Amino acid sequence: MTTFDVNKTPKKYALSLQMDLSKFEKATDEEKKQQDVMSESTTFFKDGMRKLFKNPLAVASIIVLAFIIATIVVAPHIVPYSYEEILSVEGKRDKGAKNLRPFEYSKAEQAYIEKGNFRFPHIFGTDEQCRDYFIRVIYGTRVSLVVGFFASLIVLLIGIIYGSISGYAGGKVDLIMMRIVDIIYSLPDMLVIILLSVVLSNVLQFKPDSFLAGMGSNMISLFIVFGLLYWVGMARLIRAQILSIKENEYILAARSIGAKPGHIIRKHIIPNCLSVIIISTALQIPSAIFTESYLSFVGLGVQAPMPSLGSLANSARGGLQSYPYKLVFPALMICLIVLSLNLLGDGLRDAFDPKLNK
Amino acid sequence: MSDNSNVILEVQNLKKYFPVKSGFKKLTLKAVDGVSFTINRGETLGLVGESGCGKTTVGRTLLQLYKPTDGKVIFEGQEVTDKNINEMRKKMQMVFQDPYSSLNPRMTVEDIIGEPLDVHKLYSNRSERREKILSLMELVGLNAEHATRYAHEFSGGQRQRIGIARALAVRPDFIVCDEPVSALDVSIQAQIINMFEELQAKLGLSYLFIAHDLLVVQHISKRIAVMYLGKLVEIGDADEVCNSPIHPYSISLLSAVPIPDPKLERSRQRIVLEGDVPSPLAMPEGCPFRTRCKYATEKCDKEMPPLTDRGNGHFAACHNK
Amino acid sequence: MKEILLRVDDLHTTFKTDKGEVQAVNGLSFDLHAGEILGIVGESGSGKSVTAYSIMQILADNGSVKSGKVLYKGQNILEYSADEMRKFRGKCCSIIFQDPMTSLNPVFTIGNQLKEAIKLHTDKKGKELHARAIEMLELVGINEPERRLKQYPFELSGGMRQRVMIAMALACEPDVLIADEPTTALDVTIQAQILEEIQKLQKKMGMAVILVTHDLGVIANMCDDIIVMYGGKVCERGTADEIFYNSKHEYTKGLLKSIPNTTNMNQKLEPIAGTPINLLNLPKGCSFCTRCKNAMKICLTEPPEELFINDNHIASCWMNVKEALEEMSENPEVQ
Repeated sequence: MTTFDVNKTPKKYALSLQMDLSKFEKATDEEKKQQDVMSESTTFFKDGMRKLFKNPLAVASIIVLAFIIATIVVAPHIVPYSYEEILSVEGKRDKGAKNLRPFEYSKAEQAYIEKGNFRFPHIFGTDEQCRDYFIRVIYGTRVSLVVGFFASLIVLLIGIIYGSISGYAGGKVDLIMMRIVDIIYSLPDMLVIILLSVVLSNVLQFKPDSFLAGMGSNMISLFIVFGLLYWVGMARLIRAQILSIKENEYILAARSIGAKPGHIIRKHIIPNCLSVIIISTALQIPSAIFTESYLSFVGLGVQAPMPSLGSLANSARGGLQSYPYKLVFPALMICLIVLSLNLLGDGLRDAFDPKLNK
Repeated sequence: MSDNSNVILEVQNLKKYFPVKSGFKKLTLKAVDGVSFTINRGETLGLVGESGCGKTTVGRTLLQLYKPTDGKVIFEGQEVTDKNINEMRKKMQMVFQDPYSSLNPRMTVEDIIGEPLDVHKLYSNRSERREKILSLMELVGLNAEHATRYAHEFSGGQRQRIGIARALAVRPDFIVCDEPVSALDVSIQAQIINMFEELQAKLGLSYLFIAHDLLVVQHISKRIAVMYLGKLVEIGDADEVCNSPIHPYSISLLSAVPIPDPKLERSRQRIVLEGDVPSPLAMPEGCPFRTRCKYATEKCDKEMPPLTDRGNGHFAACHNK
Repeated sequence: MKEILLRVDDLHTTFKTDKGEVQAVNGLSFDLHAGEILGIVGESGSGKSVTAYSIMQILADNGSVKSGKVLYKGQNILEYSADEMRKFRGKCCSIIFQDPMTSLNPVFTIGNQLKEAIKLHTDKKGKELHARAIEMLELVGINEPERRLKQYPFELSGGMRQRVMIAMALACEPDVLIADEPTTALDVTIQAQILEEIQKLQKKMGMAVILVTHDLGVIANMCDDIIVMYGGKVCERGTADEIFYNSKHEYTKGLLKSIPNTTNMNQKLEPIAGTPINLLNLPKGCSFCTRCKNAMKICLTEPPEELFINDNHIASCWMNVKEALEEMSENPEVQ
């Protein structure tokens, strides 16, 4: 510890101090400006996005997802085949184009090419009904993603509304609403879906060739079931989040200002739930896709000839020994989508969850 | 009591009980059990007591943030009820303790301070709103350029200023300050305390200043009230209560306050309390302090002592002192 | 002069955060003598708790001691292995924390936890262990110790829990007790009881106590010697009387003027301007310069040297040098 007797101050200090005394006042103004600079203004959102992009897994997932989406948008324009089109060469049905390997051509097609024409390659080969497999996988992915997205949207909307009313109201209302949730949780979803699809296929008569007919009554029943059963997880999550937000003093402050409950829910509670909502949606979509794939696999999904990743996997079971690739492609696609969405969801949670922040 | 025309707030026998479930039993937590006091216009009443005494509950029940179980709150001669509470909210406001959780992290400073204006529709167009917000910010010493920033970018002291600006937005006459400086650094506390005093002088505000730091309360308050387990045990002029307390609890409380003055500390006599604090769930009859009071008699067991005038507006609730 | 038990020499502790390196302690030096009560007072960001944690080597994962020495009876404990450090903690030096609620494990009984503390550093078993646990509880003023040993932390009040913490800390009769804001979470009357208890125990067991707090009232009551910290450095060190009645650092002076006291009850408080220090971006010179109303140019560029004010008082403030020089120029004969 350095100490020295103040009375023995060396001369150099005296000199430098003499300068200081005269320039006293100026120093204070400068100091104030220097230190009053606040750090760059960031919103919660910007801060979270910055963290998200630092996470390599999350960035990789975003890239993979972007690539998949780009492919399913662009591919149908490039690939000349349609998902239900039975391959034909020069107008005649090509019976030899059954179960072709990837990039293999049938005899008729080879003859066609030798004549000097271009035949778009079958990137994934063909299936047992002489349809190009690649475009079927692409359409299957489309269906899965669309179904996953819309199903999650239904879950999101119902879950948020139900959860926020239950969480904010509290007391008896909350009690009853949560007991209803408990009951719904205990219902066997598979059973309900099967029953519903059986009932609906009899009751609903679609116009042939309409979009709904293309989807099939099974799909409708899937959406209905999601709306009936699968929102409960989200509702519980939102309710829990609201219960914890309610404890914050700014809610009490809003009440003391005279804000009505609607105003408080809209302006204070929901915005603070946003990160939870985004994260659970990101994790909900793969779950919905998985459910849809599973249902299609057991035959309760989209109607043929519309492909879905699950139904493709199902029909691939038959020729597993001889044509393993037919199972690999749709399964791989499911894995990629589900994995990237899960990793993205995890990344979002790490970036936006305020509890993990200091 | 004091001159009636000067009284801005009168609390009569305020009670707030919370039902508590303990297994199959239904117990009642008597957080506030019959508290009465008045506050004069432009004056600060300090409310002190330790944790569990009910002082925060008094503040919140006053503002009808909790519904009172019993008792009346009379503001400027009018009783505060469910019907006129919206009007009353423009006259009675609150500043909260925790500068970190009392501001919505997703709102900008402008929106936080502007929210009361929005709720009560106190402006005719956006530029008027902006003007009002900026003048409030200036009043509490915040830079106008900080209006678009978010609450989490500020320090504790600055956040508390935002909270105060929010409370002032509706131009209230009375503010309940619930431990407003307890969560701040010592060197910042002085800035905020001074600001409270300046605003009081400038705007003619009246305060109920709730805190546990007796030195701070003594500094800012004209009168002080001491609470113990839901009851008011002493009330009077600030200096008198602190220098010559009457109630045994006040005496021991004051002797326990550490004073930043070594010579004074060395010469002080600390009065240590023996005995246990009774559970607020099962409050006994009579004076709540009697389990720890060395002057307790049989009368104290049976009868809750009333607040009696000891001269000079100094009231104490004790049978024996 | 009493034996120097603990010597901290030019301690630098930093924390790695994603916003940069936070310099929590910046060149801290002090001595602790046997049997004395040393108070370390400072606000949030002053580095007082980090100092305590650095001594006990219980910093968070992202914190590390960058340089400096902590000498306990001549040996640098920063160079201890993990094993040696474990032996040091509890036996030579113990710490009690601020929040008794979270410092005790809620799923174990008091007796369990207390006996664990005793077992770690002694060979006691069975009846002897039990007897020692009872002895410790009685020592800290807990009545009905037999019954208390079987209770869980939630069954005890805050003051009781803090007493149990003290009992656990003293179970192995350490030479140094570090108390990190031990009464901040407690009511005023309980605080008075706990502080009194610490004083009694200190007299009885003769250990040295480092009391870390932000409350100047507590410091005035308890401590023989006081260190005032700001921005990770020592501003001033001296006896209680010297610090309170003869403060020689602008921060201490400012602090004393800004708190409500019996002397300024009816006057306006004089706050310290500005906001607390940003530890990511320390000024080049004195860490207090930006808030100091008497700051001089030299304060901005050069950190002040520690000077003796008198035998009991050290301060690092350029104002003292200025005053001494002014005095010298007025009285040139006095050298």
